[in-house]
Amino acid sequence: MPVITYREALRHAMDEELNRDPNVVIMGEEVGQFHGAYKVTEGLLAKYGPKRIVDTPISEAGFLGMGIGSAMLGLRPVMELMFFSFYSVAFDQIFNNAANIRYMSGGLINCPIVIRGPANGGTNVGATHSHTPESIAAYHPGIKVVVPSTPYDAKGLLKSAIRDNDPVMFMENTILYGEMGEVPTEEYLVPLGSAKVMREGKDISIIGHGRAIQMALKSADMLKEKHNINAEVVDLRSIRPLDEATILASVKKTNRVLLVEEAKPFCSVSAMLACIIQEKAFDYLDAPIRRVTSMDAPAIYSPPLEKEQLPTPQKIFDAALAVLK
Amino acid sequence: MIKKTPSSRKTEVTDSGYDARQAPVNAKLGRDEKIEFFRDMLRIRRFEERCLRSYQGGKIGGFLHLYIGQESVAVGCVSVMGGDDHIITAYRDHGHGLAVGMGMNEMMAENYGKYTGCSKGKGGSMHYFDPSRHYWGGHGIVGGQVPLGTGIAYALKYKGIKGACLTFMGDGAVNQGAVHESYNLAALWDLPVVYIIENNGYSMGTSQERSSAGESLAGRAAGYGMNWSIVENGHDVYEVRDKVSKALKLAHDQCKPSVLEIRTYRYRGHSVADPDSTYRDKSEIEEYKSTKDPIMLYQNALVAEGVLTDEIIKKIDDSARAEAETSAQFAEQSPYPTLEDIKKDVYWEVDNPQDKKSVGNLFFD
Ligand SMILES: Cc1ncc(C[n+]2csc(CCOP(=O)(O)OP(=O)(O)O)c2C)c(N)n1
Ligand SMILES: [Mg+2]
Repeated sequence: MPVITYREALRHAMDEELNRDPNVVIMGEEVGQFHGAYKVTEGLLAKYGPKRIVDTPISEAGFLGMGIGSAMLGLRPVMELMFFSFYSVAFDQIFNNAANIRYMSGGLINCPIVIRGPANGGTNVGATHSHTPESIAAYHPGIKVVVPSTPYDAKGLLKSAIRDNDPVMFMENTILYGEMGEVPTEEYLVPLGSAKVMREGKDISIIGHGRAIQMALKSADMLKEKHNINAEVVDLRSIRPLDEATILASVKKTNRVLLVEEAKPFCSVSAMLACIIQEKAFDYLDAPIRRVTSMDAPAIYSPPLEKEQLPTPQKIFDAALAVLK
Repeated sequence: MIKKTPSSRKTEVTDSGYDARQAPVNAKLGRDEKIEFFRDMLRIRRFEERCLRSYQGGKIGGFLHLYIGQESVAVGCVSVMGGDDHIITAYRDHGHGLAVGMGMNEMMAENYGKYTGCSKGKGGSMHYFDPSRHYWGGHGIVGGQVPLGTGIAYALKYKGIKGACLTFMGDGAVNQGAVHESYNLAALWDLPVVYIIENNGYSMGTSQERSSAGESLAGRAAGYGMNWSIVENGHDVYEVRDKVSKALKLAHDQCKPSVLEIRTYRYRGHSVADPDSTYRDKSEIEEYKSTKDPIMLYQNALVAEGVLTDEIIKKIDDSARAEAETSAQFAEQSPYPTLEDIKKDVYWEVDNPQDKKSVGNLFFD
């Protein structure tokens, strides 16, 4: 199987969908002539031309809202946010218009748009550029939220997101763009809402999404090596829809839970998971649920400190031991 | 020259024979002031060249947006600010910082993410602030600072202070909705704000023609009944001074907003790690450098005037380089913030427990 980067996997997904469906268009700042700020869309302008690969001015509320309107008339726009953080410039368009149009029209209108871009910390770009708004987005009924952690999932999930008839916020990660992984040449889809057991284990379930999963896998190796602990690592892959069945099956198997994510702790995805797990699997828990999240403050710029503010494999390792104590 | 509700012409028609040197703000300049402008521009350049070396050496993280090529704009604008005037800009903020009098040490230390930095290492290169010098940042979200500058002007007027806020943005920022909403508010309520579009021709890799409809960026002000003007020769510190001082006067005397578009050019990539090849030719940069470099042109003019000599130039340059070098040493030797510092400066109450009035938890680690 070919080994490609997360970035290439995303590009291949868009390429295949552009090729398959003439209603798919790519829009965003610097996606065409500049090849994308993070080179995700490189080469697409040359292949599909400026009608389908559209460089927009810097006006997120305007062009995202325009994408939403065009989706109402049947286009399938894939809108790039150079940084996902800039979603807040278009907050009203996304959460009032895209999220509600189907409901308020009594199902007469739907909005098959994908809003994608990197949502992560860890690159020293300061608080305004380092938001991880999975929980804010997923809070809104009508919106779907997807967070791939591997090249395989990046491709399979993006293709599903583009074909989905609802608005999907697709959160990538600049630090993962260069990560390599096996991606089949033949076409495949990864359905939204299916979590993936990345590593099987019987002692503790480490559950999360995004780059925190890559860290959790490292921590799981450390737990095995140093303490002969078999951790199960579950990657949510999509936040809404959420694969409760896979989460609960893992909890019932290991009876101990550590939740990990890069976002802040208050009202976060892990906070929601903790609630679901205690509601639906309380009797299976042998220890309180713990979490590893980012420290609860805006993202600091200072490079060595930002590293400490975010989850690390060591923090996940320590927290797992605490759950097992 | 400030123009009232103009036609949609691309550039302002200036009187032929317009000579910025003869403008009242410039005609009265003495030798020391001229040397000061030259020194300030050169200090910005040398500081940023030193930043670039540190960035390439891995000492600075994230982005580094250099101002090289645009020095005459910040220096010219700040040089006509009065004691009650204020200034705010975007992330390309080093030039404005030095121009208002911030020190290279605190700026370089901020770039290094050190505790001695102007924002204690919390904001980085894009987020300099010095309210004591009326400098309100340093803002990373394109267009985000424009309503803030409008609000500073609102507060000045509210308090009865005869000052204005110079509110900078790039040629790419003009397409953000918040900019237009600000224009309307400022014009509707007669706020003392001067919007300054630093038009360096590109927003990242996108030229003005590829991002902005209409002929003139500043001319959009006409739709709001606002005065507007264009500084064709943004590399000329005198022309910048002349037009900005007129806009400031309008704000001070009549409490009227205006939009000023200053034509300038950036030499480096958008942020220094960004490729520069997809949207312009190297020859375009070389052409500008050799014909319109603001520092070179001003230096030549002052030499011709007899204000500068090779000897003085060398002294100023040596001292600017030494100051930049010292700032890098200072940054290098400064401590990083601590883990505890991450949780400080989030809430007033937490940092000032004597003022704490709310109860309950603020943090959830
Ligand atoms: C809301 C928002 N969208 C996009 C960006 C990414 N970005 C940063 S600077 C920039 C270009 C801005 O160009 P311009 O306004 O001309 O200023 P210049 O960089 O030329 O000084 C872009 C697209 C951002 N920081 N904020
Ligand atoms: Mg620009």
